[in-house]
Amino acid sequence: MAEPILRLEGLCKSYGGLDVTDHVDLEVAPSGVHAVIGPNGAGKTTLINQICGLVAPDAGRIVFAGHDVTHRPVHARARLGLARSFQITSILPAFSTLENVALAVQAHAGSSFRLFGRADREEVLNGPAYAALVEVGLGERAHVPAGSLSHGEKRALEIAIALAMDPKLLLLDEPMAGTGREETERLVHLLQGLKTRLPMVLVEHDMTAVFELADHVSVLIYGRILASGPPEAIRADRQVIAAYLGEGE
Amino acid sequence: MSTTLLIVQILNGLQLGVLLFLIAAGLTLVFGVMDFINLAHGVQYMLGAYLAVMFYGLTGSFVAALVLALLASLGCGLLLEFVVFRHLYDRDHLDQVIATFGIILFLNQGVKLVWGAAPLSLPIPEALSGSVVLMPGLLYPVWRIVIIASGLAAGLVLYGLVAHTRIGMLVRAGATNATMVSALGVDIRRLFMIVFGFGTMLAGFAGIMIAPILSVEPGMGDTILILAFVVIVIGGIGSIRGAFIAALLIGLVDTLGRSFAVDILRLFLAPSPARTVAPALASMLIYLLMAVVLFLRPSGLFPARGR
Amino acid sequence: MPLLLFIALAVVPPLASMAGQAHVTGLFARGMIFALAALGLDLLVGYGALVSFGHAAFVGLGAYTVAILGAHGIHDAAVVVPVAVVAAAAFAAATGAISLRTRGVYFIMITLAFGQMAFFTASSLAPYGGDDGLTVSTRTTLFGYAPLGRDVALYYVIFAVLACAYGLMRFLVASRFGRVFRAAKENPVRVAALGFDVYRFQLAAYMVSGVVGALAGVLLANATEFVSPAYMSWRRSGELIIMVLLGGMGSLHGAIIGALAFLLLEEWLAGVTEHWKIIFGPLLVVVVLFARGGLVGIGAALARRWWRG
Repeated sequence: MAEPILRLEGLCKSYGGLDVTDHVDLEVAPSGVHAVIGPNGAGKTTLINQICGLVAPDAGRIVFAGHDVTHRPVHARARLGLARSFQITSILPAFSTLENVALAVQAHAGSSFRLFGRADREEVLNGPAYAALVEVGLGERAHVPAGSLSHGEKRALEIAIALAMDPKLLLLDEPMAGTGREETERLVHLLQGLKTRLPMVLVEHDMTAVFELADHVSVLIYGRILASGPPEAIRADRQVIAAYLGEGE
Repeated sequence: MSTTLLIVQILNGLQLGVLLFLIAAGLTLVFGVMDFINLAHGVQYMLGAYLAVMFYGLTGSFVAALVLALLASLGCGLLLEFVVFRHLYDRDHLDQVIATFGIILFLNQGVKLVWGAAPLSLPIPEALSGSVVLMPGLLYPVWRIVIIASGLAAGLVLYGLVAHTRIGMLVRAGATNATMVSALGVDIRRLFMIVFGFGTMLAGFAGIMIAPILSVEPGMGDTILILAFVVIVIGGIGSIRGAFIAALLIGLVDTLGRSFAVDILRLFLAPSPARTVAPALASMLIYLLMAVVLFLRPSGLFPARGR
Repeated sequence: MPLLLFIALAVVPPLASMAGQAHVTGLFARGMIFALAALGLDLLVGYGALVSFGHAAFVGLGAYTVAILGAHGIHDAAVVVPVAVVAAAAFAAATGAISLRTRGVYFIMITLAFGQMAFFTASSLAPYGGDDGLTVSTRTTLFGYAPLGRDVALYYVIFAVLACAYGLMRFLVASRFGRVFRAAKENPVRVAALGFDVYRFQLAAYMVSGVVGALAGVLLANATEFVSPAYMSWRRSGELIIMVLLGGMGSLHGAIIGALAFLLLEEWLAGVTEHWKIIFGPLLVVVVLFARGGLVGIGAALARRWWRG
């Protein structure tokens, strides 16, 4: 197997005696979709937050693209090529849709300490940003304030922002949360197109979406990895069925 | 520096600390529970002092003046709450700062208009004037001891209320998570009014108690307001315990710093630069303290909020 | 709107002298100086949601640079201005590095703390007047010439500095740098997740803002020919914030309008009654309660209504 793009080694985090992340070891392959599933409160978002640097783990190591990033701040990890979408939509509502993405382009285009020149007229920033918007189907919404987008469009914008960072790995924290059937299908279709280009970690509740997209599935329960393997194996795993999938799904 | 002087200054420091606590307690509760920055809290203190002077002039009795001034302070506070403040609770902090600053200008000037710009004074009640011998060679004014004692008593009552009553529980919950409390179906408006009225009365009480030993003048609330803000920020916004500890800390540091800065600096400097630098350094001390505390603990010593 | 504002400011001195009201020129000169300081503050408050309550310290720093160098016989702008700029940048870097670790109200209070420290330091400068302040005997010269000798000349220098600062600020907020800084106001976590070190951007903006404040201070010392610790008091810092809000924050020209309106209103009300604060105070309350977006906001609302007929 090729060198993993992301490796978690013995990651632990507890809040007041409650182990939210309990000795998690995880390897994410440099291609394909790695889904992390688990019931509510299994510690999925906390895990994502530790990977991207918003939460500091109590113990363990996080290795991303060959660098030990355990103690690096959020922005440094992003610079190494780690992009994420947020479970609760996290965009800049007063900025235009295009500017939201252009800011992401600017992040890896460097030289953001440029004090002159109108950033909103820079074709080097707007070109790639517009391309990313077209890719997620928001081309026609480029110039409206991002705050006025529909919920599904905001989710798509999150993905466009992540794409524009030209990342090495994409962390998707429940991208389908709160979207309708039709929008979910559109997002699944979109991600299917992306997965050939970009490895992804997908945290998701929608099991249909997970099994449509994932190449590898890890099951997180009470902060621990219960099982990890190809989707078919997970679907057949008795332990998983008992603990999770069996819950009336 | 002699031991007696040190003890006297420690007592003075305690007295300032207690006074600060009376003002800071209301400020930190209003801020913590309602997320409302009330710059006008300092003028409530000034108003308390003026009202006491006025009622003393009318009745000739300190006790009557105390009671009437407390009630009148409460009335003024509730009136302000009703007319202005309740329209500001869901505004952002900047709006609150500007509007309450406007109230300060208005009341400072209003006080000047009604009572004149010249400082007024309030006599110490006959029975409590004079000094007592605390130790051989150590005389201390009775009234200052009364201030310390009544401040500590108010602190205890407040602690009891916050720790053991239903309203106190709501107040604590509100300081931690205000949306949750309103989700519980509590009439948040009424809770706010009670907290606000109580804070106002404490500030007024501080003004009444200090009036006999300080000159009562327009603007007397401004400096103390800044100090009270320093207290609640060091203590952690919304925390009564934090406000209490920080108030005593600030009172002691400020008083002792001012009295002994020259002596301490002389250990390092020649007498003449020591004399010029010391007053500035002493005034600066509490701000230095605040900067250091916030540097080490960006949310104060006892942060009340969960996150 | 901003253009009209600057044209209006440019014609104040001839109009004032025609009307025989020369002191009006002085009033507007002072107004523009505070407008400059408020402009710098608007960068922080309006575009970064960083409410600095110690901004008067920078104004004082600039003013004291003029006075102290002047006391040692140095009056030339070629020395005074760079010294003031470097001193303000250094003070901003040191205090900003600590203050920007905190958020919200704690940021307000820690900047207040640094402002107060500067205030008390100035009060302790016994050789330079201590509490009483210090007279500036000679206005700043430029390479040996004394263009600031006449009040009208000083007026136009202040005007030019304000106009340049306004232009530079406009560029700054629209630039790549400004975009990151503005984005951090809305959602700092998102901006960090994109790979920006938010802290560095905020610190840089804090320094720019401080330097603009110090320039205002240099001009203030020249206009009043006097400096005192009162320039650094927390009330002054509070007034600067009020100016920004009164005009309408986050628009730059709002800060200028706010500062001018504040001083003119003060002057006018003080002429009406000695108890002018009893009118001014409630006025502030009314502006906050009923005029969101300050004077600029009111103007925009009126303009919209007018367009609709």
